[in-house]
Amino acid sequence: MNANYPALIVLSPLLAAFLVAALDWVDRRWCYPVALIGLGGAVYSSGHLFFQVMRSGTIAYQLGGWPPPMGIELRIDFLNVLLLILVSLVALVNMVASKKSIHQEMPIKEGTFCTIYLLFVTGLLGVLVTGDLFNLYVLLEITSLASYALLAMGNPDRAPLASLNYVYLGVIGASFYLLGVGYLYIMTGSLNMLDVASLLPQISGSTAVSVAFIFCLVGVWIKMGLFPLHTWLPNAYSYAPVAANRVIAPLMTKVMVYVMIRLMLTVFGFHYVFEQLDVQNWIVGLGSVAIIAGALMALAQTDLKKMLAYIIVCEIGYMVGGAWVGNVQGMVGAVLHIINDGLMTFALFLVLGNIVYVQGKTKISELDGIFASMPWTMAGFVLAGLSIIGVPPTCGFFSKWYLLLGGIQAGAWFFVIALVFSSLISAILVFRVVETAFFSSAQEVHGHHGGHAGHVAILQEAPITMLASLGIVGIGLIAVGIWSGSIVQQVILPFVQQGMS
Amino acid sequence: MPDLLNEIVHKYNYWLYIILMMIGLYAMISKNNLIKKLVGMNIFQTAIILFFISIGYKEDATIPIIVSGHGGDAAHQAIQAANYINPLPHVLMLTAIVVSVATLGVALALVVMIYQRYQTLEEDEIRMRVKQL
Repeated sequence: MNANYPALIVLSPLLAAFLVAALDWVDRRWCYPVALIGLGGAVYSSGHLFFQVMRSGTIAYQLGGWPPPMGIELRIDFLNVLLLILVSLVALVNMVASKKSIHQEMPIKEGTFCTIYLLFVTGLLGVLVTGDLFNLYVLLEITSLASYALLAMGNPDRAPLASLNYVYLGVIGASFYLLGVGYLYIMTGSLNMLDVASLLPQISGSTAVSVAFIFCLVGVWIKMGLFPLHTWLPNAYSYAPVAANRVIAPLMTKVMVYVMIRLMLTVFGFHYVFEQLDVQNWIVGLGSVAIIAGALMALAQTDLKKMLAYIIVCEIGYMVGGAWVGNVQGMVGAVLHIINDGLMTFALFLVLGNIVYVQGKTKISELDGIFASMPWTMAGFVLAGLSIIGVPPTCGFFSKWYLLLGGIQAGAWFFVIALVFSSLISAILVFRVVETAFFSSAQEVHGHHGGHAGHVAILQEAPITMLASLGIVGIGLIAVGIWSGSIVQQVILPFVQQGMS
Repeated sequence: MPDLLNEIVHKYNYWLYIILMMIGLYAMISKNNLIKKLVGMNIFQTAIILFFISIGYKEDATIPIIVSGHGGDAAHQAIQAANYINPLPHVLMLTAIVVSVATLGVALALVVMIYQRYQTLEEDEIRMRVKQL
């Protein structure tokens, strides 16, 4: 039992998904608690795995007892154990927060929603634990299929079309990844990540290996929405039901960044990626352009949902740029930013969810004086916003610090400028919303004329489950910030140093 | 020139899959009808499946079943891998086919939703209606 947590963490939400799908026919009231139990199982397993990895290093789990080059191996090391905790916790907290929004947005589809949601989480956790390249493709597609379905459950006018565009691009991305794996298989005859990594140095001069790497990379970029390939992202994320959005937006793109880092450091290796290919300057440039473009497009939005979607585009540029500057600082920054950005965007989308639930509107100009009616929610927004800008006690500061150090150390000045520029833009973005929310011009006029004096003072907060979730994530934002030193020293640095030696 | 021809003839399976893939990509980009786009998407995925199938093939090889399986003298003879085609890419593609069917299913369901809402499958008409909302 104790040794089986790597498999259990994936099986727990998967079995819960089947059970929920069956219970939907029997008694719909059981769906939600069973989904919670499934996600709770994943959180419990991820906690166990964390302590196991911290105690005794990398866990290699042979699925079905077949040894690695033949069978599928699940590998859990310092990198993915952090993401396992992030994904399983975000999924559970969001499920707690979603109870009421599901009822509001899709009252008769609770069972369907829970099933697909659990499959989505299964896919993400599977992508994280697997040590097999083809297995990763299959789990990636499970995740993507579940996210197509979840995103399409939103606004009936726009969501299906936005989701269909996502399907086209998602299929191209996954197919490119699969082609890359095919080339790797031709060259090495293996699909196990470590086995491939041990065979690659002998044939690293081959063009086919470079083609494989580029195909895999572009495929993953499409899925994560790196700037020129991001076109599916804003629409798909802004018309989706908020309960689905809150889990897909923070997690999907971050897990894709994880896949990129895994390919770079574990499969192809530091030496090949940075010394033989010599493309890092281009990719850091691409990441910097993504940061600036994402920030500017976010600034141009009048709708809070769209603005948050473009903030994600911007943040992806941080992680891609940081991973490619080619030094330890930058890579640590990228890995830390996966965690931090997951939490920050989750907090922002929780705020969005509360506003949608209570007010039903998301245009920034319509959020006039919302602070008076939803103080706790807006306090969460300010905290998450400060973290996005990178103000010290919150976690966003620390990863940005490492990214900046990495950029300076590598002499990637364009990247450094882009980071600073986007911090300024984020400050504008956050304070623009805060200004409308705190100081409503219309109310002051009304107040002075003695008109609708009382109507803003009514406290109209989101339900306690949503607020509690936001509170937990808010505490998490500060806690990760305070302990980021020990997270970096004990978890991220060992992995990065091993991968980049 | 003969070199290039030789290259194409000897590696015709790779050329074929690239041509198929580009046909699919072209349809996905340029067709206006949503169903035609999906057909293009499926051609794109099938091209990759064919690519994988072709890499398992060996000349003068047979299916990977050892005729005199259990017992018998033949079982102790060394098995020559060159006599059997590589089954692994084929097995992988069973999974990839399932994935592509599932993707097509989800995409068709989305098209049905769009059709019920807009009563058309032409993308330009749908975009026009969306603008009017």
